[in-house]
Amino acid sequence: MSGMVQTQTGGLQRVAIVSWKAQIGYAVIAALSLLLFVGLGHDGVASFVLTEGGSAWQLPPIEVGARSFGLVVAVLLVAMTVVAFVLAARRRRVPIWLTLVFGLLFIVGFLAWAAGAATLSNTLQIAGLLAGSFGVAVPLIYGSLAGVIGERVGVVNIAIEGQLLFGAFSAALVATMTGSPWAGLIAAAVAGVLVAFVLAAFSIRYFVDQIITGVVLNLLIVGLTSFFYSALMTKQPETFNNPSVAQFTRVPIPVLSDIPIIGPMLFKQTLIGYLAIIAVIAVWFGLYRTKWGLRLRSVGEHPTAADTVGINVNRTRFWNVSLGGALAGIGGASYTIGAGVGFGENMTGGAGYIALAAVIFGQWDPVKAALAALLFGFTSNLGSQLSIIGSPVPSVFMLMLPYVVTILAVAGLVGRSRPPAADGEPYIKS
Amino acid sequence: MSVVPPVIEAARPSAANRILQRILTGNWLVGIVAVLLSILVGSILIAITDPGVQAASAYFFSRPGDTIAAIWEAIAGAYAAFFRGGIYDYRADDFAGGIDSLVESLHRSTPLIIAALGIGLTFRAGLFNIGGRGQILFGAAFGGWIAFGTDLPFVIHPIVAVLVGALAGAFLGAVAGALKAFTGAHEVIVTIMLNFIALNLLTWALNPGGPLRGPGSSPLTPPPPESSLFPILVPGFSLTAGFLLAIVLTVGVWWLLERSSLGFRLRAVGENPAAARTAGIDTKWITITAMALSGALVGIAGVELALGETRRPFGIAVDNGVGFEAITVALLGRSRAWGMLAAGILFGVFRAGAVQMRIAGYSEDIVTVVQALIVLFLAAPPLIRELWGVRPDGRRKAAKA
Repeated sequence: MSGMVQTQTGGLQRVAIVSWKAQIGYAVIAALSLLLFVGLGHDGVASFVLTEGGSAWQLPPIEVGARSFGLVVAVLLVAMTVVAFVLAARRRRVPIWLTLVFGLLFIVGFLAWAAGAATLSNTLQIAGLLAGSFGVAVPLIYGSLAGVIGERVGVVNIAIEGQLLFGAFSAALVATMTGSPWAGLIAAAVAGVLVAFVLAAFSIRYFVDQIITGVVLNLLIVGLTSFFYSALMTKQPETFNNPSVAQFTRVPIPVLSDIPIIGPMLFKQTLIGYLAIIAVIAVWFGLYRTKWGLRLRSVGEHPTAADTVGINVNRTRFWNVSLGGALAGIGGASYTIGAGVGFGENMTGGAGYIALAAVIFGQWDPVKAALAALLFGFTSNLGSQLSIIGSPVPSVFMLMLPYVVTILAVAGLVGRSRPPAADGEPYIKS
Repeated sequence: MSVVPPVIEAARPSAANRILQRILTGNWLVGIVAVLLSILVGSILIAITDPGVQAASAYFFSRPGDTIAAIWEAIAGAYAAFFRGGIYDYRADDFAGGIDSLVESLHRSTPLIIAALGIGLTFRAGLFNIGGRGQILFGAAFGGWIAFGTDLPFVIHPIVAVLVGALAGAFLGAVAGALKAFTGAHEVIVTIMLNFIALNLLTWALNPGGPLRGPGSSPLTPPPPESSLFPILVPGFSLTAGFLLAIVLTVGVWWLLERSSLGFRLRAVGENPAAARTAGIDTKWITITAMALSGALVGIAGVELALGETRRPFGIAVDNGVGFEAITVALLGRSRAWGMLAAGILFGVFRAGAVQMRIAGYSEDIVTVVQALIVLFLAAPPLIRELWGVRPDGRRKAAKA
């Protein structure tokens, strides 16, 4: 979002400051908020509840007049837009924190507007909304980490969806049969690795197109899991599909989980949720601070150079794609043993593709991709919350948001989209 | 997948000779081995999940014959049901009742063929259209809107619906093509995202008060009037004029790809975009055209699914998995028009056979597994050779040199 743009002309890369895209984006959003929050605003009261019912620290709910609050937010957004234009005119970058504050303000304004316009209730449970968003985002975070690792090492992983689904299935099956959630978790990771093995073998060893392999693998996993679901699980659900006996329950961390707003989201998770946060940090550290990460990235950017210095390109790719598969498999486990819910046919419902979107929107960076996954989890959870309180925003448009922003991102309209140079290219040693 | 006598004198370069050549170059053999291997894996899955087999295997070491008999019973039962549903129902009273299964297979193959033609077209231009699902939903939605929103006479009505559905699909394809051409956005990502955007839009349109919502309590469209349905070809059978349309479109795509100037440019871009650009071909325009044409064909498949196959109020499940299955058909048909017709008919047999398998108490999902495995095996001829072991006469070894 820095106003830098890369244009590719005939194989030569030219980097120049020519773009006012960020400023235009600011202006569009500011104008939209003026129209929505003020022009189409309601005079009702919007009430935000910041703490959960049982927590130790209770804060009174914050009540604001929807339209007046919207006016304040819109004016602030306009002011920040002016600042952004002034910065650009002086050839200076818009700092990232300004964009973050801008986005956060817009979301708060939007929430106030939506709650004020709602017909059934004007109260939004902010802490619960965020905690629920994190729950939706957990498989997306794992999936996006799998995608980041895969693409950074040069293998496009369209099969995230299949890995999540197979992970969910295997976790439910093994956890029910053994009665141990840990066994289920390991089974989920193994399931993800198995899918990754096939993907890696086909794309690295047999040079089959990675996208074709991914798409067909997803189809295969949908067929396999649905087959076993109807042939085994629905006939004997107690024996094969009852993860409620062996699930990971929520483990609230004392004191921390009582923090208003973000406490329940970060510190009242299942083990799989905590592991997600650890995994993001670990992958970030590994990618940028260790030998492993350096090798991984070099294989994805310039495999020939990596080969020249003695890195086994195909072996590096194979094992890292498998590692990604393990992560995605664990993410799939959050659907079943992470929630105490039995496996259902095609229960991931395209989450793998949202994870892929998060990879791209997060610019192939583990932390940014996880934040994108969190944002996508937030929009989809917000959609369902808003429809509960009778808000005028149809939830399908909230659900559509990840896909729309991803298209805008790959088209270069939002941020900068530059995949690893050798992403998707098989390495054929000559 | 015709079986050609293996011994033909290779005297002159006739059509028969070319077919022989193709068999010897391994593709057909690999295809047959891929199908057989996939069916084998499917059989194993059927056997291990069969309750009879599980019961008999509990005392396998005292009476192994029982287990083998149970395995045979399960597999034979499943494939017999598949055969009855997809090819010929030998339990029917007369020939018409028996052959009805094959006709049903042709009927079921129609949307697969049309959609695969569209997707194969992009493969030839070096592009991937993974947006089959979205384009089918768009085609079905807009074609359906013509069906129950307008009042037109017989024959004209479905034709208008097909044209509008094609336009809707073409729009979605062209969006991906234009983004690829002008911004470099990868069409795979864009088409996948457009799938979900189309799905959500249709969900919204089918909500209470939405523009496509029918009178009932479930999220379905209004019933399409009789005049808008694809006409049935022979009374008593399910086959509609849609199948004739599929054949016409196959000829059209063959002509377009292999005989027309546009097709030549399209293939040139697919083979080597840099060379095509140097030769003066407008690659951006070709990219957009290919994606739009592809979307149009897939959109027609959507109209066929709504007004030819479903023939009733439909919802978001109208695509019935065809959007992704068509990708496998296009791959199996190796993106050649006639190949995709043949592959589409084969997968139509699978679709019709699956229905009968479900009725007979087997999980129809095994068919999806077998289909996906066929394509996976086919995609990697070296894998087949490794599994099969290269024969010493060098035939297959020389095949993919």
